[in-house]
Amino acid sequence: MTLAPLPYRVVDRRDETHDTVTLVLEPAGEALSPFAPGQFAMLYAFGVGEVPVSVSRTPDARRLTHTVRAVGAVTRALCGLRTGAWVGVRGPFGTCWDLAAARGHDLLVIAGGIGLAPLRPLIDAVLADAREYGRLNVLAGARSPRELLYQDEFPAWGRPFGAATVDRPDDDWTGRVGVVTTLLGEARFTPADTTAFVCGPEVMMRVTARDLLHRGVRPDRVQVSLERNMRCATGHCGHCQLGPLLLCRDGPVVGYDRAEPLLTVREL
Amino acid sequence: MTPQTDGPTAEAALTALPAEHRTRLMALAREAAFPGATRIFEEGGEADRFWVIRSGTVALDVHVPGRGQAVVETIGRGALLGWSWLCPPRRWHLGAETRGPVRAWEFDAAAVRGLCSERPELGLALVTVVAETIGDRLRATRTRLLDLYGPPGSPGNGTGP
Repeated sequence: MTLAPLPYRVVDRRDETHDTVTLVLEPAGEALSPFAPGQFAMLYAFGVGEVPVSVSRTPDARRLTHTVRAVGAVTRALCGLRTGAWVGVRGPFGTCWDLAAARGHDLLVIAGGIGLAPLRPLIDAVLADAREYGRLNVLAGARSPRELLYQDEFPAWGRPFGAATVDRPDDDWTGRVGVVTTLLGEARFTPADTTAFVCGPEVMMRVTARDLLHRGVRPDRVQVSLERNMRCATGHCGHCQLGPLLLCRDGPVVGYDRAEPLLTVREL
Repeated sequence: MTPQTDGPTAEAALTALPAEHRTRLMALAREAAFPGATRIFEEGGEADRFWVIRSGTVALDVHVPGRGQAVVETIGRGALLGWSWLCPPRRWHLGAETRGPVRAWEFDAAAVRGLCSERPELGLALVTVVAETIGDRLRATRTRLLDLYGPPGSPGNGTGP
């Protein structure tokens, strides 16, 4: 981990949707330490600002892959970067998805919107080591078909169960329609032996976690990726405080047994 | 009837009924199979049956003039298809069309209502199952009303979404 940004060059970019881009970055010289699925980097768009973005693939120790949605000035600048452009990177920061605790369990990977991006390296890791886990279920929700990420990768994720659902279908959409939790009834898992990884808007994660608990999944086996305003990423500035947690350091990945009481306090 | 899921679906709830109730209810069921792209019922039609989906997916839709059938939700394995049969005016609020082959348990609504009249405790158990389904769909609809995945109003992209 470095506190000063290291220069990385954009070696590949892919438009995922109308407002979301995946950037592949390569260090100009020294590389950051390897990232684990669930961790994030601070990406610095020169002259504009810095934002936290999770890794969306961990192909090797040197290259970084990030999927960025253009929602503000910094992310718009990052999404506008072309191959060959430079970006500053700090990291790796934060906690990772705890896959070790999920060995032998059925897995539920549940994503809402761009929440699928931080979960993709987890899916990669599970598929690369499939015999260590039970049944993999990938459930993704999006606003509309045009905003659904990584559609070409879904076929590889679909065993024993993988499905995407949208809130607002267009005339060509032949998939599911509804909130992502409606897919749980069809997923193949034994609740008492299941670990769930959930990432998306906070309300969606709360709704999903409640449903999982209702079905018998233990709260400490539901991992969520929380988001607050991260600035320093080193646990010093306090912007990302959530009760006793500094999410840049103690998160973003937190067990729902710890997260639930914090997410229901209005003023945190 | 054997449960196909660990979750709280209509099928699981019916399976969880006391054996006597389950036996009486399933005596009224018949196995139904629908090919893909089959209209099971139409908005405004008489709600004289209901189904518990055993496999496949059904799209629920509303007719929108000039646009055709707008799908508002899809339901799948283990779900209850149809609850308009329970309350007057007993007309379908939505249309339903299969997306691929569907297998289901089909129930005659009048016969089930008659059984519920004879056996109020069975009636209460069944109405509870239907109420849970309606509640689940209401909660899901309210969640969708929030448009959670829409463009956020605040700048910056966090570690998650």
